[in-house]
Amino acid sequence: MLKGRTWIFDHEAIIAASSAVGGPFEAQGPLAGDFDLLFDDLWLGQDSFEKAEKKLLEQACQTAIRKSGIRQEEIQFFLAGDLLNQIITSSFAARTLSIPYLGLFGACSTSMEGLALAALMVSAGFADRVLTGTASHNGAAEKQFRYPTEYGAQKPPTAQWTVTGAGAAVVVSSGKGPRITSATIGRVIDKGISDPFNMGAAMAPAAVDTIKTHFQDLQLSPTDYDLVLTGDLGKVGHSIATELLTKQGLIFPPGVFGDCGLMIYRDDQPVFAGASGCASSACVTYGHVLNRMLQGELKRVLIVATGALLSPLSYQQKETIPCIAHAVAIHAGEESSR
Amino acid sequence: MIFFWSFVVGGLICVIGQLLMDVFKLTPAHTTSTLVVAGAILDGLNLYEPLIDFAGAGATVPITSFGNALVHGAMAEAEKHGLVGVITGIFEVTSAGISAAIIFGFIAALLFRPKG
Repeated sequence: MLKGRTWIFDHEAIIAASSAVGGPFEAQGPLAGDFDLLFDDLWLGQDSFEKAEKKLLEQACQTAIRKSGIRQEEIQFFLAGDLLNQIITSSFAARTLSIPYLGLFGACSTSMEGLALAALMVSAGFADRVLTGTASHNGAAEKQFRYPTEYGAQKPPTAQWTVTGAGAAVVVSSGKGPRITSATIGRVIDKGISDPFNMGAAMAPAAVDTIKTHFQDLQLSPTDYDLVLTGDLGKVGHSIATELLTKQGLIFPPGVFGDCGLMIYRDDQPVFAGASGCASSACVTYGHVLNRMLQGELKRVLIVATGALLSPLSYQQKETIPCIAHAVAIHAGEESSR
Repeated sequence: MIFFWSFVVGGLICVIGQLLMDVFKLTPAHTTSTLVVAGAILDGLNLYEPLIDFAGAGATVPITSFGNALVHGAMAEAEKHGLVGVITGIFEVTSAGISAAIIFGFIAALLFRPKG
């Protein structure tokens, strides 16, 4: 059912299993225990960062499939995207997995774009078992967006740190697990920020637009969710988003409104304003958040993955940064509610 | 006293570079080029040599000195050989620095992975 810009999934779309994998820097963070796999080598034994990123996604997908108890051949569709040119990470991982594949590009909003579409396919009856995932790698992203990295150029405090990791989820039409209940599709919003070292500020208005629309479409109040997380706004973007939401009358109780980008690393890790990258929202959601839901600590969660839709070429040509955010609501399954 | 002034002048040149990056949002490459051009123009106006006399390494170590050296070599050769000297003289003073960059860059590329 469609309400405004929000899909309400009338038929079941259940997260049968999910997984999060990370690199050495993520292993030092406070969420290390929520990762299924952590690599102590940034290269993952590969000879390029791009191959390492592909391996991260493959590992996340294979782990999620294994945890779901479904055989790989039974997965009907694979929805994935990433940050590298022509989304090679996703397409190359799809080559390995050999599952019918749709490539997505939503930059760092890809995790929820994929989850929303997977739920849509399953709920509408066009599939029973869909795999969705995304990955990012600090070395690969820096190389693409900040070349030449060897130069060691200074970064301002508003810059963010791309997460090395991947997350994947298996969405099914029946069974046990957290239910995907609704999804709000974002509009592209551009408030004129052109500084790629301040992505959080650029993306905050897109997050606010999607959150506001979600609450309006479903006529919800800020107390209806236990946790509302944006994807990778970081310190700068999170405070802007909080301020804008307060102006709109959306005031969340303390501890409810957070940002995945502020959860992955400790305060003393040198990540500037926080984490970013496709894996930011994917690792936190598919690892930490779903684990807490399965343990019964959280019942209703809204994940708002935020993406900056720029390219290295567009910012060199001094274009502003168009941004987007997609929101997906997840409710704990019945067996996990007390 | 020259230690004090070299500290102050060298620091000020770096402050200008930092301001170009932070306030005027220039990329590191643009900042470096701007300082090179500034050094070249100052030498063209015969102002950079007095700065070196005044501040020593505070004026020779920052990248502005490279712009100064480019113009200085060109002007010196131009006096001897006319207009052609402008072309041949540009690398007269700077050849040691440029050759060192090429040679050490080459050695580093042989020993280490040159790209991320």
